Amino acid sequence: MNPSDVTPTHNPLRSPADYRLNRIAGPSALIIFGVTGDLSRKKLMPAVYDLANRGLLPPGFGLVGFARRDWEDQDFATIVHDSVKQYARTEFREEVWEQLSQGIRFVSGSFDDDEAFENLKTTLEELDRERGTMGNHAFYLSIPPKAFPEVTEQLRRSGLAQDTPGQWRRVVIEKPFGHDLKSARELNEVVGSVFPQDSVFRIDHYLGKETVQNILALRFANQLYEPIWNTNYVDHVQITMAEDIGVGGRAGYYDGIGAARDVIQNHLLQLLALTAMEEPISFKASDLRAEKEKILAAVRLPEDLSTVTARGQYAGGWQGGEKVLGFLEEDGMSPESTTETYAAVKLEIGTRRWAGVPFYLRAGKRLGRRVTEIAVVFKRAPQQLFANSQTAQLGQNALVIRVQPDEGVTIRFGSKVPGAGMQVRDVTMDFGYGHAFTEASPEAYERLILDVLLGEPPLFPRHEEVELSWKILDPIEEYWEKAGGPLDQYSPGSWGPTSADELLARDGRTWRRP
Amino acid sequence: MIVDLPDTTTSGISKSLVKLREEGGAVALGRVLTLIIASEEATAEEAIEAANEASREHPMRVIVLVTDAAETDAEPRLDAEIRVGGDAGASEVIMLRPHGEVASDEQSLVMGLLLPDAPVVVWWPGSAPDVPGSSPLGRIAQRRITDASARAADPQQALVSCARTYTPGDADFAWTRVTLWRAQLAAVLDQPPFENITRVEVSGSLDSPSTTLLAAWLHLALQAPTQYALTDDAHPQGIQGVRLFRGDDSIDLVRMSSGIATLTQPGQPPHEVALQRRSLRDCLADELRRLDPDELYGEVITAGLAGLDAPEPITTGALA
Repeated sequence: MNPSDVTPTHNPLRSPADYRLNRIAGPSALIIFGVTGDLSRKKLMPAVYDLANRGLLPPGFGLVGFARRDWEDQDFATIVHDSVKQYARTEFREEVWEQLSQGIRFVSGSFDDDEAFENLKTTLEELDRERGTMGNHAFYLSIPPKAFPEVTEQLRRSGLAQDTPGQWRRVVIEKPFGHDLKSARELNEVVGSVFPQDSVFRIDHYLGKETVQNILALRFANQLYEPIWNTNYVDHVQITMAEDIGVGGRAGYYDGIGAARDVIQNHLLQLLALTAMEEPISFKASDLRAEKEKILAAVRLPEDLSTVTARGQYAGGWQGGEKVLGFLEEDGMSPESTTETYAAVKLEIGTRRWAGVPFYLRAGKRLGRRVTEIAVVFKRAPQQLFANSQTAQLGQNALVIRVQPDEGVTIRFGSKVPGAGMQVRDVTMDFGYGHAFTEASPEAYERLILDVLLGEPPLFPRHEEVELSWKILDPIEEYWEKAGGPLDQYSPGSWGPTSADELLARDGRTWRRP
Repeated sequence: MIVDLPDTTTSGISKSLVKLREEGGAVALGRVLTLIIASEEATAEEAIEAANEASREHPMRVIVLVTDAAETDAEPRLDAEIRVGGDAGASEVIMLRPHGEVASDEQSLVMGLLLPDAPVVVWWPGSAPDVPGSSPLGRIAQRRITDASARAADPQQALVSCARTYTPGDADFAWTRVTLWRAQLAAVLDQPPFENITRVEVSGSLDSPSTTLLAAWLHLALQAPTQYALTDDAHPQGIQGVRLFRGDDSIDLVRMSSGIATLTQPGQPPHEVALQRRSLRDCLADELRRLDPDELYGEVITAGLAGLDAPEPITTGALA
């Protein structure tokens, strides 16, 4: 009997017929810059614990925090412990925590402090030795983009980014990826000068959501939808991301950015790409990105931007029983600000599949409720058989993918009202994730952090996609800048300014109330 | 809510279900499978509890068929009970207690209560028919789950029975329980040095069929001489440890008390790994995640088990 061969590409304990084994990340350390921030406390650290709890982290795992605090390892461990207790999705288990906490380290310092980065290097070498993290390091930059050049330069200078055979270095960056095409390119050059392109993981947490990944399953695993997923049957598509909160404490950050740069450039255009793209030939990152890039490159802006864009700012007033400030009255906000808190645009896609089907994108704060959805609205069927009075309550058929909350899919269609006579009215068929599957579906960040550690890039947008989306958005931002203020005000808790309604009314359409 | 339906029929139960749905809203929509639990009264509640918890991940209709040997001369009668809402997690539970001759045809009892078009899984938490795959309930199910550690007084013998009667679609919790061990071992071989495993040792307690299956799997996959030892001290943990040899070096994964295992390998600090024994709920939820036949289990329980020598004491130092 000859033993089975064990090679880097062949593990005899993994078999294609074995559907039970999850891939566990290899030995590695995750280094978080900006560890005191909200994102880190509420999402990253709990996600790391949840991964550990699900048995997906390697035994040799290290979590290193870097910040300008005078903390010891155990102070940081307490912070992680508290945030895990408060925000983790899975139950808290002492033995899992015990094991995770052995790999927690903290390095104190600011980004311009050479010595701190030397300390970081020593700490990582210690972790490699004591915990067996094997020199594999992922640097998570949960910091403002203006600090990127400094941090990446420090990583290069201290040799932390140095590529070593048999080990990997990866860097994770969060949106915003610039504020226009030019700055996006500069940012890319800064990061790219230190890390090779395939080691850069750009996190768009929307792409880690189950409902977003389900778009691919819904469209391409089923026979039902793809035949009607084109201009012959689809009238238009509405993609909405609404928040019911205002900018609050983030006023300073938000001023000068606005809804279009904050949300449309990344999340909504990614949703558009997934909704409109052709079927990729495989789930490989390169194939998936190729299709997304094709569709983003085919997006056209109509010539007269005044008729296809709308923007506004929320006014003060009562929203759902709460007295709220208007955007211009928010703490630290310039009363002359022309930053929009609501943006709507109409985009066209020039491909054969989508010619003549407008895609309406809207995003805003202080809207009716918190919701993200994609609504594919179909053309009205010929109603020759029915008298107008019989179908007065019948709208257009629609398929709505609810991304969050209440994740699921709704189909709206007409049905006969029971009783004598023939009356047709809209009804819905509903699929809710919470009903058909688990309430225990993993958080987006869990999936994304695990993918970074495994080195699986399909869910991370590539720089080309970022550039293409800025090419779509830049002309709109320039037009708005030229047009100047003041902006339309909309009452809090409404669905945006009237100019947005007019935008659709010009095409004889109305926004869905999500 | 629990609705008692004494002396009823399957169609009577169906009517009550529809009525409950109309009164309480769409309680039964979005169910993805029907789970039949064939259990004795004594173990039924524990099984239902596990099913209710697993239903948060897999909303389902649960049909519990209480199989206590009814006196055949008892008055033929079917008592039923429907549980929905808080008493049933995200599932709806239908309990059937057949008496007398009613119990003789299990298939007809449940047939009218299966969800349309949805897969059927049958689970015997305790004793199971001799040949699950061709039993009346087994024939209508896509998946048949047994539990070798509870099926018979001698769990090792129960494995032999699983092997002899294996039909694609069979599953056993003894196999589900080794998944975490297998994942850790597979992860070790994902990392350098990429050298062949030359010998394998596995140890566990005599009442742990999972130990035997783990040895059978390792033997089958690694094609290396495999020794395994079953001890009859009342070690509560089932599997105790695995040792993979690369020449003279060894990789040890040994479970101590309280669900913590230590992973020791050359050139690396020892690691502690959380490796607790999986609960019934975990095992059930895991089993329900895939409803097509587990081919690997089929191979391990048949070819793997057959290729394994009898257990023998391990001589190269204690593995515990």
